[in-house]
Amino acid sequence: MSAVRSSAQARGRDGPLLAVQDLHTWFELRQWGFLRVGSVRAVDGVDFELARGEAVAFVGESGCGKSSLARTLLGLHKPTRGEVVFNGTRVADLRGKDMQWYRASVGYVQQDPYGALPPFMDVRRILSEPLIVHGISSRVERERRIRQVLDEVRLSPAETILDKFPHMLSGGQQQRVVIARALVLEPSMIIADEPVSMLDASVRVEILNLLRRIQTERELTLAFITHDLSTVRHFADRIFVMYAGRIVEQAPVDELLAHPQHPYTQSLLAAIADVDAANARQQREVPGGEPPSLLHPPPGCRFHPRCPHAIAGVCEVDDPPQFEPRRGHRSACWLHR
Amino acid sequence: MRRWLEGLRELRQYPSAIGGMALIAFLIALSVYTVIAIPYNQALDLWRGGEEWRMHPINAGPVWADRLTGGNKPETVLVSSADADVREAGFEGGRQVRIPLAFNYDYGDFPSEINLFLKTEDTDREAFVRLSWQTPDGETIPLGGRRIAQEDRVSISQNRALEARLGVSPHIGLFADALDGDDPSPQAGRYQLMVDAILYGEEASLDADLAVYGRVHGIAGTDHQRRDIMVALLWGTPVALAFGLLAAVGTTVTTLVIAATGVWFGGLVDATIQRLTEVNIILPLLPILVMVGTLYSTSIWLMLGVVIALGIFSAGIKMYRAMLLPIRQAPYIEAARAYGASNSRIIMRYMIPRILPVLIPTFVTLIPTYVFLEASLAVLGLGDPILPTWGKVLNDAQVQSALYNGFYYWVVSPALLLMLTGLGFAMLGFALDRVFNPRLRTQ
Ligand SMILES: Nc1ncnc2c1ncn2[C@@H]1O[C@H](COP(=O)(O)OP(=O)(O)OP(=O)(O)O)[C@@H](O)[C@H]1O
Ligand SMILES: [Mg+2]
Repeated sequence: MSAVRSSAQARGRDGPLLAVQDLHTWFELRQWGFLRVGSVRAVDGVDFELARGEAVAFVGESGCGKSSLARTLLGLHKPTRGEVVFNGTRVADLRGKDMQWYRASVGYVQQDPYGALPPFMDVRRILSEPLIVHGISSRVERERRIRQVLDEVRLSPAETILDKFPHMLSGGQQQRVVIARALVLEPSMIIADEPVSMLDASVRVEILNLLRRIQTERELTLAFITHDLSTVRHFADRIFVMYAGRIVEQAPVDELLAHPQHPYTQSLLAAIADVDAANARQQREVPGGEPPSLLHPPPGCRFHPRCPHAIAGVCEVDDPPQFEPRRGHRSACWLHR
Repeated sequence: MRRWLEGLRELRQYPSAIGGMALIAFLIALSVYTVIAIPYNQALDLWRGGEEWRMHPINAGPVWADRLTGGNKPETVLVSSADADVREAGFEGGRQVRIPLAFNYDYGDFPSEINLFLKTEDTDREAFVRLSWQTPDGETIPLGGRRIAQEDRVSISQNRALEARLGVSPHIGLFADALDGDDPSPQAGRYQLMVDAILYGEEASLDADLAVYGRVHGIAGTDHQRRDIMVALLWGTPVALAFGLLAAVGTTVTTLVIAATGVWFGGLVDATIQRLTEVNIILPLLPILVMVGTLYSTSIWLMLGVVIALGIFSAGIKMYRAMLLPIRQAPYIEAARAYGASNSRIIMRYMIPRILPVLIPTFVTLIPTYVFLEASLAVLGLGDPILPTWGKVLNDAQVQSALYNGFYYWVVSPALLLMLTGLGFAMLGFALDRVFNPRLRTQ
């Protein structure tokens, strides 16, 4: 599969591809470079499992820690606490070749396609880089793989693209190159962090369809991050709703959209349901109030200051655990007690 | 690669770039010609001075400068016995030789010196030579006689007895038309030095070479050691370009890599680099070079090493750091980390290439500053001990009080070459700045 064969690859065939346990990623804030003044709890106790070939969406408002979670999964941030287990192996324990194998196994698609491509490299070079890093020294072999993956992301004929620099491509083409780069090492999982939010509305669906098609064809696990619930339905099997560094609700797509359980999810859905209404602008502000501070999160349920159903004496005191109000549908809210 | 070519193509729109490149091309062509025409060892030998230059005048100006100002100063006239109509007669145990060394003289000024070089071969004992001078109007002036060594030089212009007899220096007296006038002028026409020699030995022979030294010489003139300044002007070109280029490359590359390393690793590495830079910035470069030159050696390669070593933690680090800091956060670098690129790969292939285009103009304008630095050191007497360079010509000129003595050419020509170098690189640098720094573009 990947260029680097390793022992880590052989293990854990049957379990989930990715398991995350009690994951915390806190950023220490320091004054004058050494005085600790607190931590930004970008990811603050996240548990979930992803099966092979599954597409999931992480949804949440801006600043709730989605990108931090993605970067932690990719090994770009060291978790403050908790584990990321990939294919049965703890990622924190991977070293050298095994770590390179993990890097090849997880592809990364970023939000801003122009920023994600080095402006001084042409497409051929951009797509060669991961292959070179992973020790594929044969130019012929690299060229073959590059052409194959360009074909897969529908950038053809390859000749017209290979010698171009990123600034010569349209936003959609740039994002296809980013996706091609994420695929060129033949990963088993792709993490896409808001892959279309910076694109022109006209190409968004195209790119999402492309990701979905590649995901099914290659049987990839796809973790798809978005703050836009309206696009999720067609492109994911399951949804995780994040709020202030935590997952507050998780369920299969149709189930969640039809029967949202958590008040936060309900307000998010209310916002898109009213998109066409005359008061769309105001409705979009739902849920009212400020997003919580990640530096000093509210005690108890983090959503209680904005929650219309907050139960006095409970929600602001105790952290709600995950309840299962419906089959396969979990929600962290005291209402389901 | 293509981006660079596009940049170069764009350069053609800038006249200053064309001018700058033409100047640089001229200097490079001159260097190539020099290195081929005067090989390194030959250049060093020549510049060491000595007998090789005996036929050259002392402190002669350039010919073209004199002619352009309407002057008619003499060039050096050389007459050899090989071209003369030599008469010989034998006698018991030796031979009598008569060599007429004749030449035309048609200049507006007196020569600067007259020497006769004599060389005898196969003589049994010292030869005897008697000299006489014949002016165009037929007057004959006896110059006396003497015994000569096997290789000998008769300094006619230093002949005290003759000077007393003529009342003026011989090189003036022998050429003047009217000796009684206050302001004598040289007489035009055919002069002749008759060498009458008595050689002892059946096979004995005599070679005579007369040098009537002029007051102008070649394109660049000569210095106080009769050396043709052209040698140093020519050889100064490759030396200056090589020094400037190597120093600029050496300091830019090391500084860039260190700045990028600091930015990438951050924390203690970055802090250490910053502190080292701050200490290094206040170290004065020139006094340190003077110290090294005085205590160890003034070899140009040692100087180059010191310049690069002190340039590593130069102020450039601060500038590069400011440029690299936002690049460190770039998503494409995060992507590279995600597919497993190593730290060194990220520094060398992802961070540095990003700012390279912006640095090209700075780099190009940096080259002449090192050329000037080398010249300054040479002027201070810390030039390379053996290499001929522009700075050493200036140093000689200064030591010999060239400007006070009116030898302007001695100062002007190396200074002009230094200025052309600075101008060429500066003009190209400014145009490159426009091409690679889009913010500066006028349109
Ligand atoms: N490297 C970092 N150092 C310090 N704080 C960080 C860092 N990265 C993220 N944060 C903080 O963590 C919080 C979560 O950021 P994150 O980028 O994960 O949110 P997000 O859900 O992706 O938001 P968006 O939808 O705007 O992309 C923010 O408050 C952010 O300021
Ligand atoms: Mg984000």
